Amino acid sequence: MASSPYFSLAVLFVVALGFGLAPLGLAWLWQKVFSPAKPNEIKNAIYECGLQSRGDAWVQFRSAYYLYAIIFLIFDVEAIFLLPFAVAFTGLGAAACVSMLVFVLLLIEGLAWAWAKGVLTWA
Amino acid sequence: MAVDEKLKIELGKQGVMVTTIQELYNWGRRSSIWPMQFGLACCAIEMIATTMARYDLARFGSEVFRPSPRQADLMIISGTVTKKMAPQVVRLYNQMAEPRYVIAMGACAISGGPFKQGYNVLKGIDRYIPVDVHIPGCPPRPEALIQAFMTLQKKIDEQHLTGEGRPRHLDEQAPGEFQVPEFGEHDLDPPSNPGTWTVPKIIQ
Repeated sequence: MASSPYFSLAVLFVVALGFGLAPLGLAWLWQKVFSPAKPNEIKNAIYECGLQSRGDAWVQFRSAYYLYAIIFLIFDVEAIFLLPFAVAFTGLGAAACVSMLVFVLLLIEGLAWAWAKGVLTWA
Repeated sequence: MAVDEKLKIELGKQGVMVTTIQELYNWGRRSSIWPMQFGLACCAIEMIATTMARYDLARFGSEVFRPSPRQADLMIISGTVTKKMAPQVVRLYNQMAEPRYVIAMGACAISGGPFKQGYNVLKGIDRYIPVDVHIPGCPPRPEALIQAFMTLQKKIDEQHLTGEGRPRHLDEQAPGEFQVPEFGEHDLDPPSNPGTWTVPKIIQ
């Protein structure tokens, strides 16, 4: 086993794991032996601004942000595909240009749909 | 088991370091007292100055002001505590993790100071939470705050981990929660925490 070329790697991996876990283990042991936990209702409150915490930590966010993120993502991806297309444009045949046109038109259709739905105007 | 101080110095000269867990633990605690980032009044200006380049609180390991009580070790009561503010201060103190310390900075935090006669001013934060170091002054200079830090470090250094006088966070019986006062009709209710502060008797 020691002759395996990966043996030294395995040793390093175990040492690295121990290096990370040992302090955590020691801290846990220290906490168990010396420092008694003293939780209370105020300490366990969900928020700490000095005022009394009210409600739950699980709150809802507006879905308008989600739509904006999706539309941004579409054009983000489009830019990534358009750049190599533009660089290699002179050496491309008609088939490549047509397929690229279809790709861009599909995305433009999505934009038109969002526009028609009124997503682009902030309510 | 304590090592004789002279022997320790002699060993140190030979390049041998001897220590105890208690010393190591206290050294760690006193070298990284992270204060909570909040100011109450004009003393806070001096507190800010203390952290800046000229006075450089980083020399004492305390430059990391934490914006959350969960990560802070030290509460600096820097200024007048109004009765409107007192419940918030006590609640934040309750939310700090042990071990935690309090420095009452300036005349107002100690006793109400120049505003003591005011109907809306708390006459000293030690009515509600245990204070470790009081520093007088109106406001105290940054040097005074540094002195308070050094006093606190000295106090931590001398604490024993076991036995009668062990610090509060190592004592299972010691209280972990301090009562948060509420707004009463004329005053805070209760006017002081009975376990923390006793009304001084006036002898005539």
